[in-house]
Amino acid sequence: MIYLQLFLSYLKIGFFGFGGGYAMISLIYNEIVVQHGWLTAAEMADVAAISQMTPGPIAINCATYVGYSVTGTALGSLVATLAVCLPSLTLMMLATKFYLKLHNNKHFAGAMEGMKPMMIGLILSSALMLFGPETFIDWKSWLIFGACFVASVKRVNPILLIVLSAVAGIALY
Amino acid sequence: MASLFDIFWSFLKIGAFTFGGGYAMIPLIEAEMIQKRGWLTREEFINQLTIAQSVPGPIALNTAVFVGYKTRGAKGALAALVGVVIPSFVIILLIALYFTDFKDNPTVAAAFKGMRPAVVALIAAPIINMARGMSWWKIAVALGAAVVIWLLGVSPIAFIIIGALVGIGWSFRSEGATKDKGKEGER
Repeated sequence: MIYLQLFLSYLKIGFFGFGGGYAMISLIYNEIVVQHGWLTAAEMADVAAISQMTPGPIAINCATYVGYSVTGTALGSLVATLAVCLPSLTLMMLATKFYLKLHNNKHFAGAMEGMKPMMIGLILSSALMLFGPETFIDWKSWLIFGACFVASVKRVNPILLIVLSAVAGIALY
Repeated sequence: MASLFDIFWSFLKIGAFTFGGGYAMIPLIEAEMIQKRGWLTREEFINQLTIAQSVPGPIALNTAVFVGYKTRGAKGALAALVGVVIPSFVIILLIALYFTDFKDNPTVAAAFKGMRPAVVALIAAPIINMARGMSWWKIAVALGAAVVIWLLGVSPIAFIIIGALVGIGWSFRSEGATKDKGKEGER
């Protein structure tokens, strides 16, 4: 029964989660902490922290972790993760099919063209939200940011940058 | 043609090295899909990002489904999705099972202090590349939208819908002005 509830909750999160991981955290919080009481607010803060410290989409990390904590089994993780993937898989496949059919259509291309600056603005806004004191603790953080920014604009391999920044973190702090 | 394993493997790599959510994936996708594999053009990638943001669900998953579906249909979509999810799933499960105090480990904490600003850079830098060649007023619209979403917490969906409507309106307007090159290859 708990598995079904978990499945439905994460299906809901997958369906209504617009705008990616960070935007989804409040939705997840509401579903898991407020509606079901599966985790306390403090536990949820831990989950959010761990999700951000481990690789992969935040929504998936969170689903896997909560699925395990709520049921105490790996099956719980699987159920929650599967549920959060299903809306993406189905809706995005439809959207892609639609796009591949229509992308030469003038009005569709117009809509895409109009959405493009909004999309870039949206990415920029999430970069702005990350410019907080918990990310930029001192001048060393700014140094790492500046170096990675320049390297990334010059298209240095991002995996290399992630690894180097982790090593720099261990060396500097 | 891309094999299902190549798709799976590429997304596994992306899943394993994307820290800080979907947008941090953008430079990884660029390096792997555009430069290395040639599965996407830059233009397609930007369109893809727009669609991934307009459809519910994590951006990383939506991107995986788009690229997979475009290269190998439904099977490709599934291969990409499974690839991008597996690193998360395995790592988190191991943490939940054995290392619940993982986030209090001083080495992990130090590494993460180094990675956080790097992730912000990885999200911010592609914006420069995407904005290249855009007209100044589109850049102004992008900046305006960013500031309003950031400061006022307005839902980004509203902006995407407005953008689409304005774009469609514009396409009708320019249709009246210049009778264009004809409808190539479309039904």
